Amino acid sequence: MTERKMTCIICPRGCRMTVKYENNTLIECKDNFCARGPTYAKNEIAAPTRVLTSTIPTDSKTVPLMPVKTSKAIPKEQLFTAMKLVKTIRAKAPLKCGDVIYKDFMVQGTDLICGRNLKV
Amino acid sequence: MNLHKQLVVIGGGPAGMAAAISAKENGIDDILILERGEFLGGILNQCIHAGFGLHTFNEELTGPEYATRYTDRIEALKIEYSLNTMVLSIKKDKTIVAVSRDKGLMNIKTEAVILAMGCRERTRGAINIAGSRPAGIFTAGTAQYYINIMGKTIGKKIVILGSGDIGLIMARRLTLEGAEVKTVLELLPYSNGLGRNIAQCLEDFDIPLMLSHTIVGITGKERLEGITIASVDEKLTPIPGSEQFIECDTLLLSVGLIPENELTTDAEVEIDQRTSGAVINENLETSVEGIFACGNVLHVHDLVDYVSDEAARAGKKATQYLKNGITKNEYKNIIAQNGVRYCVPQKFEKLTPETPLFFRVTTPCDRRFVAVFADGEAVYKKREAYLTPSEMQIIKLNDEICEKLNKATQISIELI
Repeated sequence: MTERKMTCIICPRGCRMTVKYENNTLIECKDNFCARGPTYAKNEIAAPTRVLTSTIPTDSKTVPLMPVKTSKAIPKEQLFTAMKLVKTIRAKAPLKCGDVIYKDFMVQGTDLICGRNLKV
Repeated sequence: MNLHKQLVVIGGGPAGMAAAISAKENGIDDILILERGEFLGGILNQCIHAGFGLHTFNEELTGPEYATRYTDRIEALKIEYSLNTMVLSIKKDKTIVAVSRDKGLMNIKTEAVILAMGCRERTRGAINIAGSRPAGIFTAGTAQYYINIMGKTIGKKIVILGSGDIGLIMARRLTLEGAEVKTVLELLPYSNGLGRNIAQCLEDFDIPLMLSHTIVGITGKERLEGITIASVDEKLTPIPGSEQFIECDTLLLSVGLIPENELTTDAEVEIDQRTSGAVINENLETSVEGIFACGNVLHVHDLVDYVSDEAARAGKKATQYLKNGITKNEYKNIIAQNGVRYCVPQKFEKLTPETPLFFRVTTPCDRRFVAVFADGEAVYKKREAYLTPSEMQIIKLNDEICEKLNKATQISIELI
């Protein structure tokens, strides 16, 4: 069994939790303020995921870059591969905040979505 | 151009937008937002990372998404705004001089002003780093603008001085963009960034955080070639013999924020030396009647959600002032002492549960009680497991506590 400190990244409170686990399975989670802590710890031990945010070039003169994010968290070890894919995508106006710019991005059911409105 | 407006909001960032929306929703129609930048949204536009809106919208948004929620509302409510507009002066009688490329010089007479200019970053000059002055030294926010708004590459081998949140966020962003972030240096023995940002921006990418370290030398003539770092003692003085050289082409400074109060001073508003923002009462009104302040120009906040919330109150209070006028009597000061660095509001006439008390502690400490005293009696007491200057604390008052504070003459907030 392994015991270590883990900072929960779900909210700005950032609880410094103590977690015990064995074979990628959570056994105990302490010092968490809310129920989201143990859920985070469980995922973090088994298969950590992160939301990726980046920017992609647009065809607009006034707004050269469109901020984008993954609609769900993707596996942490795929972040750098995901960045390579991001680099191949272009944004074409008009777009609205929340529009899907790339469907099934890295993982099926996860999309890359626009973070702002872009007028022609 | 001569204009008359009932309410002018200076700044179209998160604070200015929330204040204007709230004033409009409370019944003021004649509003003008003056914004220096090309777009509404302020600093949110370049904060492309997620983490905004958990309190306000109950979901985690990126900066631009959070801004869009407000810009959409501004458009829907048909609130007037002027972009690329620089305010040159505000006088005590609430006359504003502003200039823009489209409209030229504008003289604006107004009945109420909401100051929402935000803050700016401390620079190399503010922290006196010795050495030559090559290219490649940026404040973290400027680097963020180059990368996230302009799409520029700023460097390949990066060192970041200061472990504030912007620095940490930039460490991750630069790493994902293919740069090598060698280390993050922090002068203090603790980080002023959020724990979650140390975890997801540094630990995720094995970027070392060197506490109690600073920069003692800059090398490079045209472009930065490297920096000399040293560890510091408890008085934050570099320890001789501890110097080491780090090769890098880019240095980011994330060494604190300063509320941008030149206009506030111009209007003869009283400034609190501890917050570097205006002294306000429970209605977010400054020492000049009809001039209100909110957001980071008032005091630096940790979360935009708190800014929006505070600014919405400022909008509402400005509305009440415009409708009824605010009658002023004697103010009582809230004294911040014994481990409490400041309290906002600094003074009040009559507190209600609507007004929270914001404060920060002087140094990190654990297992202490936060107490509010009214004439020597602790009317509020709460045990805190851990307190740090980087986390703004909020006290929400109830009717009973407000009543006691309103009756008292000596009010203080302290750690016991």
